[in-house]
Order: sequence, then structure tokens, then C-alpha cells
Amino acid sequence: MSQPAVEARGLTKRFRRSGGTGRDGHRLRAPWRRPAREDAVALHPLDLTLEAGAITGVIGPNGSGKSTLVRILATLVLPDAGWARVFGHDVVRESLRVRRHINRVSVEAAFFKELSPWENLVYAARIYGTDDRGLRGRVVDALTRFGLSADVVDQPLRQLSRGQQQKVAIARSVLTTPSLLLMDEPTTGLDPRSKREVQAMVDDLRRESVTTVLCTHDMEEAEALCDRVLLMDRGRVLADGTPAQLGRLEDVFFELSGRGMEDADTEAELEESRAC
Amino acid sequence: MLTARPPLRGEAHAFLGFLERQKNLVRRYWMWEAVWLVYSLVSVLSIGYLAAGLGSLGGAAPSVADLARAELYLLLGALLWAYLSIVFMEISFSVMWERWEGTIEYTFMAPVRRVTHLLGVCAFALLYGLARTLVVLAIALALFHLDLSRANGGAAVVVLVVSTFPLVGLGVLASVLPLLSPERGEQMTVAVQGILLLASGVYYPVTVLPGPIQVLAKASPMTYTLDGIRATLIDGRGLAAVAPDLAALVLMGAVLLPLGLLTFGWAERRAKRLGLLKRSG
Repeated sequence: MSQPAVEARGLTKRFRRSGGTGRDGHRLRAPWRRPAREDAVALHPLDLTLEAGAITGVIGPNGSGKSTLVRILATLVLPDAGWARVFGHDVVRESLRVRRHINRVSVEAAFFKELSPWENLVYAARIYGTDDRGLRGRVVDALTRFGLSADVVDQPLRQLSRGQQQKVAIARSVLTTPSLLLMDEPTTGLDPRSKREVQAMVDDLRRESVTTVLCTHDMEEAEALCDRVLLMDRGRVLADGTPAQLGRLEDVFFELSGRGMEDADTEAELEESRAC
Repeated sequence: MLTARPPLRGEAHAFLGFLERQKNLVRRYWMWEAVWLVYSLVSVLSIGYLAAGLGSLGGAAPSVADLARAELYLLLGALLWAYLSIVFMEISFSVMWERWEGTIEYTFMAPVRRVTHLLGVCAFALLYGLARTLVVLAIALALFHLDLSRANGGAAVVVLVVSTFPLVGLGVLASVLPLLSPERGEQMTVAVQGILLLASGVYYPVTVLPGPIQVLAKASPMTYTLDGIRATLIDGRGLAAVAPDLAALVLMGAVLLPLGLLTFGWAERRAKRLGLLKRSG
């Protein structure tokens, strides 16, 4: 049996938050006192095994624990309890080895916005230790493969649309040849056309056998792209199966959580604003 | 598929990647760089003209030799502060700038040892600080008739090189502040820079400072850098004469550099535990 791409057992995470508001929404503490601390559970004990080569969708509203899970796998957040391994390497004790296997595309398309796609991608190639022979050609190939014209290569990224920036982000991740690609809401906030194009790019990765974890709010996107779906809410996995097994995800979410996805998002935003 | 480099060569490659990234950022933000260069130049020239005008401020008129010495003393202080503060700022603001650009998670997720990342940032800061200060120095030399006839340039270079280690250590220590507190770390870093300016004797001998601040002066590596450089360039002293300054700098380098790297590692783990990496103010 081949090694799983991701294995996690009892993975748990809480975040400390300021809190303590009265019924009227006003803070209870005096201004000179330190804020009372309340732990927010981001991830209840989670067991997970992801086979290599598949696209797994992690679906849920804000505050469901998707991004925390992705950040733990990306070695950007340390779990409080339990463990997670990426291709057999522990994300805490062997974080450098884990980082050699992964790349991440986040909702913000993290770039130096004044630098061009070429400069950003060269930086990525250098820090990911990829061979720089013929790099310019490979960068141009990676960008044009995803529908970007060659003339954007040297333009500052801030001059590109969000859709174009997200395509550059995906091209950058492909350039570094990850074994595990973590995509944290790559289509959120994109216009419908850019969204379809980015989704086509994700679908293309299937052919390269890159194991992909795709976090999204978009149920239809998950149904169309994913081999397997984890439906999450409040740090717990509500359902786990193929899109065909689960059926219409919107209905499954409502049935299992007792609320619609939009209501859950609004609730999470309210909780967040109360905590700040 | 691309070929991954062996780990050590990969680290060397990443080190160059950080240098190249910083160079590209300077090039793209050229207008800001020009503004900062002018600002450094104006600061140094203001101090130079202040020194030149000391004789006309009233009171007992100092001798020409005293005025020339005061001018050199103040200008060297201004030039060295221009260099030391650029290097300190470049290093200590590195985390803050990445957070501002939104790339901090991308950089921290890369398969690169943190020491490589920090050394890349520090190496660029040193090269950049040196280049900018040389431009200011050339202009200052053209405008002021500085008497460097007694200067011991070789010894001054040694002091400057030895100063690099504690300076880098101090910069890395200060860069930890935005990791500890996304909300207030930036302000604290600027405050540290201000305290260094006050306590290190940039424009005056530290003996004029009140007692508690003199304790800070003793703890600041910049005090020994300024003392050593002034002794070599103004009085033409050799390495033996500045040995106490060099010893203090070596000792401080041996403590601050590892302490900076260890503290950075601890702060990074803390930020990852508390989920502070991404948060920005």
C-alpha cells in the first residue's frame, strides 16, 4: 500500500482570543485591565488520512477550521495536541522536510506586489531550490500554460487583476513541483470568468498527480473538482465521502449543522467581531 | 519536473534568492530609495553645517583646530549613524515589511533554514547600508574640507567589520518584536532605534549622559563602534589602542548573534502556536 500524503490523529487547535462582552455588546473589562482571554476552538480532535494523487475538498463556512488545518499542514501553525504527517514527515518535528513537499496558494495571492511575476517566481524558484537552468523559459511556459500572456511577465503584479494574480500564484506553486498542494480558497472573490479559469487550472493538476487539498466555500466547485469532500463546521468534520456519496453538499450541510452555509458565515463574522 | 538542489547548495541558492529579492525591491521602490538617500544626506549635511557654525554661536571663540575636530567628530557620528541605522532598520523591519506585503507566510513556509533567510536579509542590509553611506560620504567629503591626514583607515575598517556581528545580532533581536506583537512590534522597533541614537554617543561623548543612560550606552555595541572609528579616523590610533572597543564588540557579537537567532526561533514558534504569523495589526 502506498504511503498516504497526509495522516493526522487527534489533531487539535485552540486560539486565544480577547473576549468578555455584556448583553448589550459592550466590553465588561475596565480599559486599564488586560482583556479576558477565551479560547476559541479552531479544530476539535481530528483524524484524517489523505491518499496521494487525489483532490480533496475541505468545505465549510468561516471558522469551520479549514484554514487552520491547511496552516498546520503548511507548518505555519503548531497544533496543541495530536500529530500530522505529510508523506511520513511530522509537521512539527520535521517541518523543514515537510516544507520540501508542499506549496500553498492562499486567498490573498501572497506576492511582492511591486515586483513582476518573473521576479516573484525567480524568488520562489530560488528559495524552493529548483534548478535555474532555463528558468526564464519555464516561468513563461508556466504562466502561458495558465492563459496569461507573455507580456505580463515583467509588469508589476499590482497592475494585474486579482484573477491574473491568482493564476500567477498557481503557476508559481506548479513551478516548485510540490507533492502536496494546499489551496486555501483560491477562487474566493474572483469574477465568474477568472473563477472558471482557475478551476480549470486546478483540474489540470489532477493529470500531474499532485495531491491537492482545496479549501472552499463553494459547494458547486467542490462537487465539480474534488475526488473526496470533507464537510467541516466549528472545527469538526460533519461528513466525509465522494461528492457522489454525499449528494448535494448544501443540503448535507444544512441537515448536519442545522443551519445554512450563509447563516454560518454570518454567525462566524459576528463572533469574530465580538472577539476583536 | 524540476530538479531539486541538494540541501546545502539549496541553502546557498536560497541565500542568493533573498539578496536578489531585496535588490529587486530596492529597484522597484526606487523613488522611496531616492527619498531616503536625500533624507540621509540632508541629516548628515545638517550636522556638518551645525559643526561648521559652532564658532559663530557666541561665547568664547574656539580655536580653528578645535572647530575642525568638532566638525570631524560630528560628521563621523552622523555618517556612522546613517550606516548603522540603515543596517539596523533593514534587518529589524524585515518581518514587518513581509507582513505588510502579505508574503510572510509564503517566506516562512519555504524549505529554507531560518538562519539562511536571516543571513540573506542581513547580508543585503550590510551591502545596501554601505553603498548608501558611501554616496553620502562622497558628497560630504566634497562639501566639507575634512582633515583626515592622521586617519588610520585600515584600523577603521577592522572596527567596522567587527561591529557587523553585534549589529546584526541586535537587528535580528529587534526584528523579533513584530513577531511577538503584530500590533505594537513596529512601534517598539522604532523606539529601540531611538534609544540607540540617544545612548550610543552619536553626536556627543557618552560621558555627558546621565548615569542610567550611561548604563545603556555601555550595553549598546554602537557606542564601541563610534568610539573605535573616531579614535582611528580622528586621532589616527592603531588596533592596539582600540583593542578595548574591539574586545567589547567581539564579546557582544558572540552573545548577540546567537542570542538573536535563538530568540527569533523561539518567537517564530510562539507566533505559530498563537496564530500570529498572518495577523497584521
